[in-house]
Amino acid sequence: MKLSSEKELEDLRNEIISERDPDKPCIAVCGGTGCHASGCSNVAREIQAELDSKNLKDKVDLRITGCHGFCERGPIVIVFPEGIFYQKVIPTDVKEIIASTVENGKIVDKLLYQDPVSGKKKVHVEEITFYHKQNRLLLENNTRVDPAQIKDYLAIKGYSALAKVLGTMTPEAVIDVVKKSGLRGRGGGGFPTGRKWESTRDAQGDIKYVICNADEGDPGAYMDRSILEGNPHSVLEGMIIGAFAIGSNEGYVYVRNEYPLAVSNISVAIKQARELGFLGENILGSGFSFDVKLNRGGGAFVCGESTALMASLEGKPGEPRAKYIHTSEKGLWDKPSNLNNVETWANVPMIINNGYEWYSAIGTESSKGTKVFSLVGKINNTGLVEVPMGMSLREIIFDIGGGIPGGKSFKAVQTGGPSGGCIPESLIDMPVDYERLTEVGSMMGSGGMIVMDEDTCMVDLAKYFTNFLQEESCGKCVPCREGLRRMGEILKDITQGKGSMEDLSLIEDLAGMLKDASLCALGTTAANPVMSTLKYFRDEYIAHISDHKCPAGVCRELITYGIDPDNCTGCGLCKKNCPSGAISGERKHTHVLDTGKCIKCGICYNVCKFEAVRKE
Amino acid sequence: MKIDESKLDSIINEYNGEKGSLISILQDIQAQYQYLPREAMDHVAKRLKIPRVQVFGVATFFKAFSLKPKGKQQIHVCMGTACHVRGSRMVLEELERKLGIKAGDTTADNEYTLETVNCVGACALGPVVVKNEEYRGQMTPIKVESLLGSKKT
Repeated sequence: MKLSSEKELEDLRNEIISERDPDKPCIAVCGGTGCHASGCSNVAREIQAELDSKNLKDKVDLRITGCHGFCERGPIVIVFPEGIFYQKVIPTDVKEIIASTVENGKIVDKLLYQDPVSGKKKVHVEEITFYHKQNRLLLENNTRVDPAQIKDYLAIKGYSALAKVLGTMTPEAVIDVVKKSGLRGRGGGGFPTGRKWESTRDAQGDIKYVICNADEGDPGAYMDRSILEGNPHSVLEGMIIGAFAIGSNEGYVYVRNEYPLAVSNISVAIKQARELGFLGENILGSGFSFDVKLNRGGGAFVCGESTALMASLEGKPGEPRAKYIHTSEKGLWDKPSNLNNVETWANVPMIINNGYEWYSAIGTESSKGTKVFSLVGKINNTGLVEVPMGMSLREIIFDIGGGIPGGKSFKAVQTGGPSGGCIPESLIDMPVDYERLTEVGSMMGSGGMIVMDEDTCMVDLAKYFTNFLQEESCGKCVPCREGLRRMGEILKDITQGKGSMEDLSLIEDLAGMLKDASLCALGTTAANPVMSTLKYFRDEYIAHISDHKCPAGVCRELITYGIDPDNCTGCGLCKKNCPSGAISGERKHTHVLDTGKCIKCGICYNVCKFEAVRKE
Repeated sequence: MKIDESKLDSIINEYNGEKGSLISILQDIQAQYQYLPREAMDHVAKRLKIPRVQVFGVATFFKAFSLKPKGKQQIHVCMGTACHVRGSRMVLEELERKLGIKAGDTTADNEYTLETVNCVGACALGPVVVKNEEYRGQMTPIKVESLLGSKKT
């Protein structure tokens, strides 16, 4: 059925809402990639089977949703309408959830989340520290919709912003609202979205394109994946509104092929949006037409860069080009093109619905709204967090993230992915916004936040990012292609104890060259991880060079393993697991490690339960 | 290798033989054969009326494509930053030792292909290994044996 007016949309919405009983129990199972990996599909199957066998199908709904964010605790099950939060649910728990909670309103204590600080069990979602300090404008809806059901999206006011735009606003008015909202690009650059739209609108040309960049190549970050998987219609609605404002009839979603669930959910969403007439000819009877195509990325980090992405859409290798002429004038197929990332598009409908005043009241002077971060690495509560711009790193890492596991101490947090930098403990009280992050030598990037503890070697990390970028460099510019390789070689020498103090100034020279002489942002920002670690953790570099020591005990060439006879119980676990036969000893007698045979794989260190294996 | 050209044609026709759909077409072909046979690339070049060098350029530029046949089972070790700081390298090395191959290679019996991937976006569960599209989280070198030994999927 194609909707041909705003009234038909509202009628359908009212029909959907009237059919739904807000008090009807609903079991929401998180179906994000994280929970999938933890086995949520078996849990969902079991719930379905149990509802069938108890004849509860009509009385209880089962909803498979997108990511709830708290991936560490998956599979996550929330029982509505009460909002009871169960974590680490396995199929054998299902009978009890249904018999106790759904049928009798009783809580299943063993499935509750226990606060690691207070030790108290938490029943409802909002009581959990991980959630209650967040401001989940975008992610909240992930728990309320089944991404495969457009009706769920309509039930939460979905496509009402589009109807408002098409029915009551001019393109200029839409651009004005987006400009006044202060929304800035969430993909990395932080360019003001309204201004970008305006320049594409003003550009000469009858054909214009809008593009959604869902090629989230940043390693350690998955914000866009979760939005696309969990609430794909919000992204589409944003794109259609943008296309109307810009004057475009054709759009592309360029999504990473490594995200199969996101590819599948956005495909379904596009199909459903077409069926209801949100995409296609004469949308809601407005005379405006727009449709989108889905393209899967080929697995190249550089394609996150707009001109490289466009080259790839044209069927060419993803090599960036110089932007003397902006893509807003000559982009895809040399036509004016407007590219924004997933999270940026998803912000648009709520800005239209709630007004720019509402949106610009959230955040800081120059950074408005919320930002989703992927809080990962050495942190207790791993997952996706959405906070107002300007929240301090300390609040994010310690209050929401619950601090560092295993009693270890916090060392640094890396933001902005391979183009970003490492922020040390001394700066942990700084507010997170675009400007402050750039000032300290990092960047917002797309929202990766990787927490490191005392066991992370900062030189090794700099080497990791440099090697990553060297592999991902498209090879077009010499400074990036050759410079990164040289930088990687120097860092490798340092981590092997073969570096010299002159190497540090050589790195600084190279970094300057990369910044000045590369064409695209991959090259110009490539030295950030190295330069920020050199700035804040120079003593670690010096320890590698002068003392031939890796303080964090990571760099293999600079450490040796040994067995402490006082702690060794002779359990034999290390001997059994040693891949090189370097450990010998009789059972219940102290074992000995032959450093000549040791390949320093670290397995013995990790399996020993008595802290008898030492790393020096 | 003998290629079923009608199969290729049906993939190409799905995209109306558009030059801009080269990457999508190659992805679909790779999904069929698990790699890009040379003959298939030649056929695509002919049908899309583009130079073979352009097809080869795209096929070698993007990480998603392989010019070598793959093993029956595929193991991808996530090397994203979150997995890296939690020790993914140790997991990869143990897999390399156990399988007797390096990342990017296939075992002689054609059973396993071992590869690295820059991030699968399951960062909360790191280190992550994906075996035949099935995600395994919180991997350690010790768990490698059961990963390989477990029932073929």
